Amino acid sequence: MCRNGPDPDCGKKSSAPFAALLEDSVEELYENAPCGYLSTLMDGTIAKINATLLDWIGLEADAVVGRMHFTDLLTVGGKLYHETHFAPLLQMRGEISGIALEIKQAGGGRIPVLVSSVVKHGGNGEPLLIRTTVFDARDRRAYEQELLRARRAAEQAHKQAEADRARLQDALAVLQQSLLPATLPSVPGMEAAAHYRTASPDRLGGDFYDLFAIAGDRFAFFLGDVCGKGPQAAAVTSLIRYTLRAAALHDPDPVAALKTLNHVLHERYTGDDPRYCTTIFGTLEPHPTTGEATVRIASGGHPPALVLRADYLPTPGGLLVGVLPTAPFTAATTTLGPGDALVLYTDGLTEARTGEDRTSLYGDEALLEFASSHAGKSAPSVIRALTDLLDDLGDGLDDDTALLALGVPASPPPTRRNA
Amino acid sequence: MDIERRNNVTVTGNPRGRAVVLAHGFGCDQNMWRLTVPALAEDYRVVLFDYVGAGRSDLSAFSESRYASLDGYARDVVEVCEALDLRDAVFVGHSVSAMIGVLAAGTAPERIGALVMVAPSPRYIDDASYRGGFSAEDIDELLESLESNYLGWSAAMAPVIMGNADRPELGEELTNSFCATDPDMARVFARTTFLSDSRDDLKAVTVPTLILECTQDVIAPREVGAFVHQMIAGSELVTLDATGHCPHLSAPEATNGAITDFLARLR
Repeated sequence: MCRNGPDPDCGKKSSAPFAALLEDSVEELYENAPCGYLSTLMDGTIAKINATLLDWIGLEADAVVGRMHFTDLLTVGGKLYHETHFAPLLQMRGEISGIALEIKQAGGGRIPVLVSSVVKHGGNGEPLLIRTTVFDARDRRAYEQELLRARRAAEQAHKQAEADRARLQDALAVLQQSLLPATLPSVPGMEAAAHYRTASPDRLGGDFYDLFAIAGDRFAFFLGDVCGKGPQAAAVTSLIRYTLRAAALHDPDPVAALKTLNHVLHERYTGDDPRYCTTIFGTLEPHPTTGEATVRIASGGHPPALVLRADYLPTPGGLLVGVLPTAPFTAATTTLGPGDALVLYTDGLTEARTGEDRTSLYGDEALLEFASSHAGKSAPSVIRALTDLLDDLGDGLDDDTALLALGVPASPPPTRRNA
Repeated sequence: MDIERRNNVTVTGNPRGRAVVLAHGFGCDQNMWRLTVPALAEDYRVVLFDYVGAGRSDLSAFSESRYASLDGYARDVVEVCEALDLRDAVFVGHSVSAMIGVLAAGTAPERIGALVMVAPSPRYIDDASYRGGFSAEDIDELLESLESNYLGWSAAMAPVIMGNADRPELGEELTNSFCATDPDMARVFARTTFLSDSRDDLKAVTVPTLILECTQDVIAPREVGAFVHQMIAGSELVTLDATGHCPHLSAPEATNGAITDFLARLR
């Protein structure tokens, strides 16, 4: 240490070892610095350049000083970048640092470099010249290229994943549509409407419904809920739909149709992969003369149908379909008069979470209240009202929801359909 | 849509003066004009803006398909003119913006009554009978240069560009942020700029036009300036004693003088 020391030779003595290493030569420090160093006039003409940089570019000072511009050292891409980014920034800010460029070598090679420049100003603030340092960035650039490659690969993979996802969703949507009727048939003297929504767009729903003509003027319908979701549930739904359709043609008795379905499901899904469903199956027999319609239904463990004039149409005691080899199903019969509608639904509706904190369930009471306030409305308007209700429930809907309404218009209707 | 916000429109100068729209080129943003604005502010209503994707424009409004052609950028210009209801404005465009101005004047002649083209080039790539100064490979190299200087963009620059009012110190840290652009958007603008060919559009220009070129400009060499001058009937060509591609920054007095002289003679 040599602080405030009385010895006048103190400084000399301590710098002597450094002088011996020639580190007192500013010229030497400049010329052989471990970086390129150059000064240019404000128009870019090179006024001074150190030996390190000359060595990198492979030229003599005579060929460069006063003869070349800084941009002459750069590749064409680098020149463009210099003119569009580097020079304007330097002019606006008086300095710029760490810009990645490439310099050309006399032999045709290129060296990736990092360039920093600062404008030297005169006493009156006028810009005099530009000082620029150039650092060899070969290793760093190789590393950055790796990073860039990795980023591009990641971006590409991300795009591919997005595309795959979109394609999968399209396929799922098509599959989902195949599980539901595209439109409802028109039933003479009646109106029918349905609504279906999945809780999540990328998951196949497990709810199903259908309405179709059977022998004579009669129609059959069903609505239900398969346990589980996804492709497996969809496969079960497909089996259910075609089984019930065939069964209804063979024997239109609702209980018989459910027994057939029970047999098929139980036989098909045994062992460690049991699959079952809840469903209401029914037939519809319109009487054009009276304007009424006879409804016969059977339920296998499904929430009771609503009759929009009064009440539920109770079907207690029916068992889940597909669990036991033989299962009891509960039948019920009613007659729909003008202004009456039968509404089938799945528990996605009754078990929707409501309230501020989404902790209570919509529930049977609320559904009954809905029924009484909508008594006398047409089937399409009931479905519209329920659809609005589902919209209001929003993220309270955890599960898929299927809705099917069959009604006798209060006054003789134009035949309407609404899928 | 709020165009003024989308394009970060700034209006300054004399509210009763003729409108002069200053349009930045590829690379930076409206800050490029900061040495020009004072020369115009007394007599003219000066309109500055950033193209969508540049500067402090609303990056969410960027669409790769729209900005894949110069027409998309020209729509920005026309929409800014409409938002401010400019009529008979003078459009001053730097570099690629000079050609964008030609396109905008073609689609909205009632809005743009005169053009100042600063270092314009209608075609950067050489072909058999034309010398633009670059080959297609050169342009690929530029795209690479862009890429290598944007590595850290998304992490470091994005918050600042998005306008991080509660962290002003971020702006201080990023010394190079004037010319910071989202790399994907910069790539689109670069491709659109340097691959465009607007030579045929020059003939359609009928408004008074001033062309400013520099004695030494890598991007827009003098033969290109002569070509533009020859193609636009009645245009004026002024060669500024300046090097580089940005005379409004490197030789502001000469550039401003040429522009104000032209503007004064328009009346």
